[in-house]
Amino acid sequence: MAKSLGPVKRKFSPWTDPAAVPFIRFENITKRYGDFVAVDNLTLDIYEREFFSLLGPSGCGKTTLMRMLAGFEEPSEGRILLQGKDLSGVPPYRRPTNMMFQSYALFPHMTVEKNIAFGLQQDGLPKADIAARVEEMLKLVKLESFAKRKPAQLSGGQRQRVALARSLAKRPRVLLLDEPLGALDRKLREETQFELMDIQHTLGLTFLIVTHDQEEAMTVSDRIAVMDKGLIMQVATPAEIYEAPNSRYVADFIGDINILECTVTDNAGDCLRDGHPPAVRLLSDGLQIAVEQDCKVAVGDTVGFAVRPEKVRISLDEPEKTGFNTAHGEVWDIGYLGDFSVFLVKLDDGRILRAAQANVSRLVDRPITFGDIVWLTWPLDAGLVLTR
Amino acid sequence: MAETGASSQTNPLRWLVVAVPYLWLFLFFAAPFFIIFKISLADTAIAMPPYAPTFDGFGTIGDFFAQLDFENYQFLTEDPLYINAYLSSLRIAFISTLLLLLIGYPMALAMARARATIRPTLMMMVILPFWTSFLIRVYAWIGILKPEGLLTLLFQAIGVLGPDEQVNIFRTDYAVFIGIVYSYLPFMVLPLYAALEKMDGTLLEAASDLGCPPWKAFWKITFPLSLPGVIAGALICFIPITGEFVIPDLLGGAETLMIGKTLWTEFFGNRDWPLASAVAVLLLLALVVPIVIFQNQQKKVG
Amino acid sequence: MKPARFDATILTLCFAFLYIPIIILVVYSFNASRLVTVWGGFSLHWYQVMWSNEGLMDAAWVTARVGVLSATLGTVLGTLAALTLVRFPRFPGRIAFTGMVYAPLVMPEVITGLSMLLLFVAMNIDRGFWTVTIAHTTFTMCYVAIVVQSRLLTFDRSLEEAAQDLGCPPVRTFFTITLPLILPAIVSGWMLAFTLSLDDLVIASFTTGPGATTLPIKIYSQVRLGVTPEINAICTILIGLVTLGVIATSITTKRAELRRIRDEHDAIRGT
Repeated sequence: MAKSLGPVKRKFSPWTDPAAVPFIRFENITKRYGDFVAVDNLTLDIYEREFFSLLGPSGCGKTTLMRMLAGFEEPSEGRILLQGKDLSGVPPYRRPTNMMFQSYALFPHMTVEKNIAFGLQQDGLPKADIAARVEEMLKLVKLESFAKRKPAQLSGGQRQRVALARSLAKRPRVLLLDEPLGALDRKLREETQFELMDIQHTLGLTFLIVTHDQEEAMTVSDRIAVMDKGLIMQVATPAEIYEAPNSRYVADFIGDINILECTVTDNAGDCLRDGHPPAVRLLSDGLQIAVEQDCKVAVGDTVGFAVRPEKVRISLDEPEKTGFNTAHGEVWDIGYLGDFSVFLVKLDDGRILRAAQANVSRLVDRPITFGDIVWLTWPLDAGLVLTR
Repeated sequence: MAETGASSQTNPLRWLVVAVPYLWLFLFFAAPFFIIFKISLADTAIAMPPYAPTFDGFGTIGDFFAQLDFENYQFLTEDPLYINAYLSSLRIAFISTLLLLLIGYPMALAMARARATIRPTLMMMVILPFWTSFLIRVYAWIGILKPEGLLTLLFQAIGVLGPDEQVNIFRTDYAVFIGIVYSYLPFMVLPLYAALEKMDGTLLEAASDLGCPPWKAFWKITFPLSLPGVIAGALICFIPITGEFVIPDLLGGAETLMIGKTLWTEFFGNRDWPLASAVAVLLLLALVVPIVIFQNQQKKVG
Repeated sequence: MKPARFDATILTLCFAFLYIPIIILVVYSFNASRLVTVWGGFSLHWYQVMWSNEGLMDAAWVTARVGVLSATLGTVLGTLAALTLVRFPRFPGRIAFTGMVYAPLVMPEVITGLSMLLLFVAMNIDRGFWTVTIAHTTFTMCYVAIVVQSRLLTFDRSLEEAAQDLGCPPVRTFFTITLPLILPAIVSGWMLAFTLSLDDLVIASFTTGPGATTLPIKIYSQVRLGVTPEINAICTILIGLVTLGVIATSITTKRAELRRIRDEHDAIRGT
């Protein structure tokens, strides 16, 4: 697929601007089904032109939240505002949102063309305008030659594009995408992710995407809301979510991570050396850990210490300086992932720590192998104290 | 279940969808049962309609109830003809259902095990006779089973019977069984086939892989999993057979007692509407339990 | 393979059992002899007799009218009932409603027939064409409801949501999206209803009146008088019509199926 890259993206972060007015606002939304609380007193702002992801495991309430915005469900409590206008009681067919369904929901008895025209016909647009818009949409998703086909005559990837074109045809102010790439195979999915970003950027629309695929969310989003059991755990940019998760749940959900339970032994600005940034000292079952982080914990608190495997250095040689952030153990297992190798190191106290190493040279002879005694080290700014 | 938007919930026109079939069924299916019950308590009269008292408005409602009694039911319990007809109906329905299972199960199994390409054809061949008239199919057997009929001719031709001997099963219970099995076979085969066909073939492979011989695998895996189909098929056959009229009337003899035939005779022959109603009420009572089981099963399937 | 041969034997025997009586019936309708069981040579005599039997032709006409009318009414009501069963999970009296839809499927016909008749008498309605039609509508709508219900259960609700999401109000959504997609089920429901109406003797006998004798009633009364090749002739015609109908339908669906498979192949190749 030839890629025509859109304009170079500029920095976009309206959420940091206190004067910015949210485009969509979920205000204290609760949704109950009998005794089951699907969404629990949730408040969330989404800004115009944002590519926003709701990320979480199935049953976390992300789809319910999206369906409430589309109008298929009414919140039990709270309200949803779009450009400051309350959407309560507005039926789905009168909302300025359009949705791309997980199953695509293409009308099987209509051609590609008719599917795309469907929404425009509902608005009673003149025939010529509809035809022009349909053509434009077909061009956008590169399906010009498939206009007369029925959905059954298309491949999975083509159906996905028709669904996208159909939901974009009405130029909705917000496009909702429910697991839009879930049914595609991996390679096609990656290509489509970039196309989606391109389209969003070119048309200048607000996209709200629901997904359980963290990689997908990381790739496409301006911001991600990580959800669990009807609650939002964290809303932040992909980088923040990955590098600075605010809880054990988010840390564990996104990517691979080591989490050690620790006790705070010192929390003072100068606990390491004078002139250094604020830091925390922790003790985890004999392991001494120091973290460069300004956080509100008191001596004696139980906290989690999280460090990503790729930030842990693995070596056969004893480091010069032992004491902080150094662990010692035996290589228990090795996972070869192609670009990376992950080493599972069994510490002397029996715990397992993971360290990842990029395979920079071809695998001729591996210096570290099963049963080797190794040293693990990580810098002061690699890990993170998790209080939740 | 996800509910659709709030707007469609509040649309009053939406309830017409429920109300129209509901009222129709209530008026023409449920309400008549109350009338049957009422008339079963009335007396025969030489009039039109041939029963008394008739219901003439609410002014005379006191008189109306005063004249009702359980005379007809008392009569039914006193005359052994009716009790025998009931028992005989249940017996014939039970035996027929068993025969249907014995013939239908191997047939459904053979269909389910056939190559996937010919299964739709086999299925259509089972359904096709169902589309032809019930009456015609029963009628077809008369010509075969009559003493001078085709079965006799066939047996004489192959020497099973002498030239003067005849097959004497027409107008007996045997003929009724043949007719019932013939007419209801598709009703038995289809639910059985549906249950067997959707069964995962790898289950039997797994059983075989774990050391279970085929005949044992049938009893331990195939049969238990097809039980819903067996129950559905048995009920779909048993309930209507109990009240069957056409088959015992055309193929059965004078000694073939079936309650559907008795009801028909009371109604059309003796014009005793109240007694026919009482027979219907008792037949319905006998079938309430199987019908409720059938409905619960259908709900589970749905 | 042994089990395969066993299966083939069973299928042959069972299908022989199902079809031989019908074949015999058809063959003997061309019998020149008056006796049903003695072959007297090929003849279309009995078809002429049948054709000139006015009572029979009248009955056929009544049956066709009752069939079309009750099947159509039953299809409308049955489709509504199916929608109720599938789309209205909670409303007062739902259990009773479900019962009223399923019970007629297994209810002995003598009971249904008698109860209907008594209702018409109680309501002082003259029995005839319309009472038979109402009675047939009532029991055929339940069969239609079951057929349409099973289609609706597998219907992808997101299609309707998509239509509404694109600005289509609920009622219009039903007519532009739902109805076209469940139409095949509705059509087969109609055909089933029509055949059931055509076929019914017992309920029609109870609810009919003067001037509304249906074909099964006519055939039944002639059979009671004695078996004649004339009845075989009528039966053959009925069987022929039904067989043609079924074969035509199955060819159309088969063609649609083949086209669908070809389309899917195209789709896979032309990515």
